[in-house]
Amino acid sequence: MPIDTLDRFEVKYLRIIDENGTADPSVMPPLPDALLKNIFEKIVLARTFNQRAMSLQREGRIGTYASFYGQEAAQVGSALAIAEGDWVFPSFRESGVLIALGYPMRRLYSYWAGDERGMQAPPGLNVFPMSVPVGTQAPHGMGAAWAMKYRKEKKASITYFGDGGSSRGDFHEALNLAGVFKVPAIFFCQNNQWAISMPRQRQTAAKTIAQKAIGYGIEGMAVDGNDAVAVYKATTDALDRAKRGEGPTLIEAFTYRLDDHTTSDEASRYRPKEEVEAWRVKEPLIRLRLFMEKKGLWTREYEEGVGKAALDAVDREIEAYEGMAAPEPSDMFRYTYDELTARQKRELKEFGWER
Amino acid sequence: MGKMNIVQAVQEALRLEMERDGDVVVLGEDVGRDGGVFRVTEGLFERFGPERVIDTPLSEIGIVGAAVGMAAYGIKPVVEIQFMGFIYAGLEQIFSHASRIRSRSRGRFTCPLVVRAPYGIGIKAPELHSESSEAFFCHMPGVKVVVPSTPYNAKGLLTSAIRDPNPVVFLEPARLYRSIKGEVPDGEYSIPLGKASVYQEGVDFTVVAWGTMLHRAADAAEGFDCEIIDLMTLKPFDEETVLGSVKKTGRLVVVHEATMNLGLGAEVAALAAGEAIEYLKGPVIRVAGPEAVVPMARLEDDYMPGVERIKRAYEKVMRY
Ligand SMILES: Cc1ncc(C[n+]2csc(CCOP(=O)(O)OP(=O)(O)O)c2C)c(N)n1
Ligand SMILES: [Mg+2]
Repeated sequence: MPIDTLDRFEVKYLRIIDENGTADPSVMPPLPDALLKNIFEKIVLARTFNQRAMSLQREGRIGTYASFYGQEAAQVGSALAIAEGDWVFPSFRESGVLIALGYPMRRLYSYWAGDERGMQAPPGLNVFPMSVPVGTQAPHGMGAAWAMKYRKEKKASITYFGDGGSSRGDFHEALNLAGVFKVPAIFFCQNNQWAISMPRQRQTAAKTIAQKAIGYGIEGMAVDGNDAVAVYKATTDALDRAKRGEGPTLIEAFTYRLDDHTTSDEASRYRPKEEVEAWRVKEPLIRLRLFMEKKGLWTREYEEGVGKAALDAVDREIEAYEGMAAPEPSDMFRYTYDELTARQKRELKEFGWER
Repeated sequence: MGKMNIVQAVQEALRLEMERDGDVVVLGEDVGRDGGVFRVTEGLFERFGPERVIDTPLSEIGIVGAAVGMAAYGIKPVVEIQFMGFIYAGLEQIFSHASRIRSRSRGRFTCPLVVRAPYGIGIKAPELHSESSEAFFCHMPGVKVVVPSTPYNAKGLLTSAIRDPNPVVFLEPARLYRSIKGEVPDGEYSIPLGKASVYQEGVDFTVVAWGTMLHRAADAAEGFDCEIIDLMTLKPFDEETVLGSVKKTGRLVVVHEATMNLGLGAEVAALAAGEAIEYLKGPVIRVAGPEAVVPMARLEDDYMPGVERIKRAYEKVMRY
């Protein structure tokens, strides 16, 4: 008997707008102008936040910071697909996602300055605190989606992580559980090609991360992560499918971390400058600008206005963050349990932390 | 002899052991080309090549679990976990396998593995980069736990840890990495595991500490005539030295940065209560971190036992 083929698989890749700003009409969704402008403006806002964060760090006004420069299309494009009521499980790289969702920037600056008060999402925004242990948030996204299914609500969860995160057991278990229980969960991988000094090829011998979905019997696809429209479409489709009860999706967005891993890192030690330069010309704003110009949605004055508004907004938020009174030491105890333990009460006295 | 910091001392111990024994390999995230995020393994990749200085995927279960298999086979893996806060996925492999393969196989297989990790609070790093959960590992029969406090003992203790036939968790206080320098002899030497060192002799009371807190405890000791013991090996710890000192001074203070509840201070205090109560003039006092999740940078100095808090404990114990 010849060897049978039991199944065949393919890995789909979506790109809509190429690097010259030309959209492929066969895949271009009918997006309202206002949405395109919103994507553009949020990318500018996020990038402005990021630039200021980098300089605040250099000036010692915030602590170690993880830049998302270069990844704005993946972050903003996916975030704008998220509906009210959906739940978001970000990693530490996702400040841009949070900004696009309307998370107060002053709290993000607080967080990056080592002030835990910045970690509280405002009411109505279901964003978990950014996960620092890589990959550990993936099962949470699965579980929240499971709860949504249990309650029969038309909602979905989206979990963000990096190419490095795809090597963690948590990620694999989350995908497996999500497949078995067919929950409305999206797993959004920003493959920015590096996990600190480890190149993508060092994380997996597989050609893509998207294809990991196949092993778990769930939908998986790759997308040009620097094409905000493609990211928006892929995420919207996945969320819609999830909400129709058609199960989870793994999305791999190909993008690139243009900055160092964090402000404590020195990427020039391990990655060639030429590689960075080759990606720099593919950064997301360039093609979006060209595309919008062709549609008559972009002018120099428009961008200047957007840039100015972003700077003003960011400056106001920095001022608000820096104007906050320092946290009280007793803040440490405030949320350990629902109420203070006897020992905590003793320690408040002993350390002179009572007010 | 030369002055060096703990990063250099650890690096030198690794280099010398790798030169001495071709079976010693280093593995972990970013340990190769990048030289580790604290640069502890800097230069080893160039010196020993990618087969002995192994950059791994981001995979703590995999790294620790694979090291158990390697170690049982006879290779001597020295695993670097990037920060102690990221060791937790590997706990199952350490607790359920590394610690007990010797027991479970009736001595047929052993696990001479070292897991190194930067540990402790004090460098204003992001969340989970400041954990001091040494007590978890001390609770595992079959595992040794070591915390160096100076460049000299970092080099000597790591050398012993690599040569030790048991799994050793080697926790390097990140705050001390570059902040203290000390004389370190050239060439190889070892400091036995399981032995404490008397950091400072004294008569009025005994202070037990390790890692970063050893230095705080010493700073706070100005004006007191106390004996300070650097535990160095936390599991199994040197009961004889501790008891000998407590019997001499009659008073005991234990200082650690981890939260007090079930911290190693409890074990040291219980030892004194169980074996030397008749020598004690007053209660054993523990100075420890508060009952809170280790905070981020802004409240880090409030969390860490400071010189003032430690001094108050010294004054208190002297009232008995
Ligand atoms: C479990 C765990 N191990 C190690 C680290 C240290 N660390 C922080 S980020 C990082 C690389 C993450 O790479 P990736 O998942 O690709 O995300 P990116 O940083 O590229 O956004 C590492 C090793 C961590 N935070 N958590
Ligand atoms: Mg990455």
